[in-house]
Amino acid sequence: MKKDIILAGVGGQGILSIATVIGQAATQAGLHLKQAEVHGMSQRGGDVQSNLRLSTEEIYSDLIPQGGADLIIAMEPMEALRYITYLAPDGWVVTSSEPFVNIPNYPEAEALQQEVDALPHVAKLGIEAMAKEIKMPKSSNMILLGMAAPYIEILSAEQLRRAINAIFSKKGEAIVQANISAFDMGYKATLQ
Amino acid sequence: MSEHKLLLGDEAIALGAIHAGLSGVYAYPGTPSTEITEFIQGHPLARERKIHSRWCTNEKTAMEAALGMSYAGRRALVCMKHVGMNVCADAFVNSAITGVNGGIVVLAADDPSMHSSQNEQDSRFYGKFAMVPILEPSTQQEAYDMMAVAFTMSETLHLPVLMRVVTRLAHSRASVMVQEAKEQNDFKADEGRHWVLLPAIARKQYELLLSKQSELTKLSETSAFNKTEIGAAVGVGIIACGIAYNYVKEARAEGLSGLLKVSQYPLPDAQIKELASRCQKIIVIEDGQPVVEQDVKALLGKDYPIEGRLTGLLPRTGELTPDNVGKALGKPEAKNFEEAKNVVGRPPALCPGCGHRDVYAALNKVAAEYPGARIFGDIGCYTLGALPPFSALASCVDMGASITMAKGAADAGLFPAIAVIGDSTFTHSGMTGLLDAINDRSNITVIISDNLTTAMTGGQDSAGTSKFEAICLGLGVEPEHLHVVVPLPKNMDDITNTIRNEINYNGVSVIIPRRECIQTLNRKLRKQKSEKQ
Repeated sequence: MKKDIILAGVGGQGILSIATVIGQAATQAGLHLKQAEVHGMSQRGGDVQSNLRLSTEEIYSDLIPQGGADLIIAMEPMEALRYITYLAPDGWVVTSSEPFVNIPNYPEAEALQQEVDALPHVAKLGIEAMAKEIKMPKSSNMILLGMAAPYIEILSAEQLRRAINAIFSKKGEAIVQANISAFDMGYKATLQ
Repeated sequence: MSEHKLLLGDEAIALGAIHAGLSGVYAYPGTPSTEITEFIQGHPLARERKIHSRWCTNEKTAMEAALGMSYAGRRALVCMKHVGMNVCADAFVNSAITGVNGGIVVLAADDPSMHSSQNEQDSRFYGKFAMVPILEPSTQQEAYDMMAVAFTMSETLHLPVLMRVVTRLAHSRASVMVQEAKEQNDFKADEGRHWVLLPAIARKQYELLLSKQSELTKLSETSAFNKTEIGAAVGVGIIACGIAYNYVKEARAEGLSGLLKVSQYPLPDAQIKELASRCQKIIVIEDGQPVVEQDVKALLGKDYPIEGRLTGLLPRTGELTPDNVGKALGKPEAKNFEEAKNVVGRPPALCPGCGHRDVYAALNKVAAEYPGARIFGDIGCYTLGALPPFSALASCVDMGASITMAKGAADAGLFPAIAVIGDSTFTHSGMTGLLDAINDRSNITVIISDNLTTAMTGGQDSAGTSKFEAICLGLGVEPEHLHVVVPLPKNMDDITNTIRNEINYNGVSVIIPRRECIQTLNRKLRKQKSEKQ
């Protein structure tokens, strides 16, 4: 079994933290793992992505081939669409519905939403608004991870929760709990 | 005791070096190599062993300090991005002539596709040029394992070893099986005269280097890092270098008569000839420039069919991907969805609240008053001033070129010639150019935009912090033409007046807008806040 995941977003939105949590969970589960990241210039508000490959078999390429991604997890709807040629025919897109507009020529909102909605398998949610509602604006990435959790399949929600615990434990119990609550909020939203 | 760890390629290299008995890492930050030194700086064993890990002023000072450590018998690692090889080339090429005492590994991280660079030069050319062994890992595990091998090889051969990686290995994580740390070398200063490259000694040393070349080829031919997998079919053979091997395996190409993975150079000539004898055609797949393709052509003769980046089977530029390698091996394209319509580029930009923004706002305001004004840029976050909304820069070439290009343009009659350079770039390669300008009384205005850190690569210490006024005065900038301003919107009038006055002064002026990087400041504030809680 394998799961190829593209994580997409804008520099500073926290996609590398999502990658770190999934990576930790996969390592604990004894899965093979490769995770290519983008560092450097594009982290200054540009588009960033991470290729995350999980498998029970040996993995060769650090990059996911076109048409091979089982899942695109995006912090931003236009960034979800950017990698759409990488999606497998029955692959899922899990994305935030809220545009992050830091460029003058950002596409028209309605046309963008329509294009996202036209995808065969898509789940979207206003994660920024949800994070603000529960007064945890920094945890929107964990809401997104929770949303995506049922589609990751190769790892269980409980394995991901344990990974959040391990990753954030250095920052204290309050931060761990905030991130777990955010994760559960997203998770429940998908299951409903 | 061995254990599995999830490591970035850069971290695997760092840990491999520590476990190989490293005594010092010497480096200047540069994507995608920065995390190697950062990992060593943060590692408990490195602290316990007092491994030197402070950042150097540039790649040349780093390479030379490593040579000194080697002279004293200890193992040293030098890390840089590919263009850093240009900066340290003098020391690097000559280190093959002096030879080494303690092992030296030079790590060059290439950036094909220029994710965060101004070119995609291939560091393997430097290894060939200097005639030293080159290692090119294909996986994070191999990167870790190679470090111990590289240091031993360096000491056995008395040569520096070049390790070349690319972005996709440096910045990709995988599980790595790590071993117990070896002891560090004892201090033992060299007694030999081979370090003194007077012509008479250098000639002998050069002969010695040449005499080692056939041994290096033999080592490659028997290296565990170079291996041939025999295929059942008759026809096509593949030579895949470094991570290219992974893409070939990913493609699961059928109908191959052999696959030679190359991770150690000089090329294993015997294995290549053996592969060629079993095939009708060879495809060379390598990330970066067609270094091996050219060499294999030379080895097999012009009549032997060889394909690769030079023949157009693979793209001439840009990094390898599973897609372009798959296509070269005849795999059908697997695109299921068309490119999305509602997607536009999202280029990086200066952070909101960044001091460089205020510097460019002021510069653009004043420059608009002078039709001939040109602003020469440099390497760092502030290069983003070339993009909208500022579109301020006329050039960005290499570390330090802002000052010297402004000087040359002023010599040619351009006015006003303005240079913008960051604090870390100034100490890296700007100081000597400023001295030229001062000695020539060039009519230039230099802006050292000081954000107290090496920001582009993530906020490493900057060598000149708190020393810039003293450096400028010491080089000969006149005190009345040296100014420090605070780049904030409320100071805009003060800043524009200072710039205008100094443009009108016929000579070298230096203006230092100084305000801490917003990223490092926020990080500091967050840390303070969490410590209070």
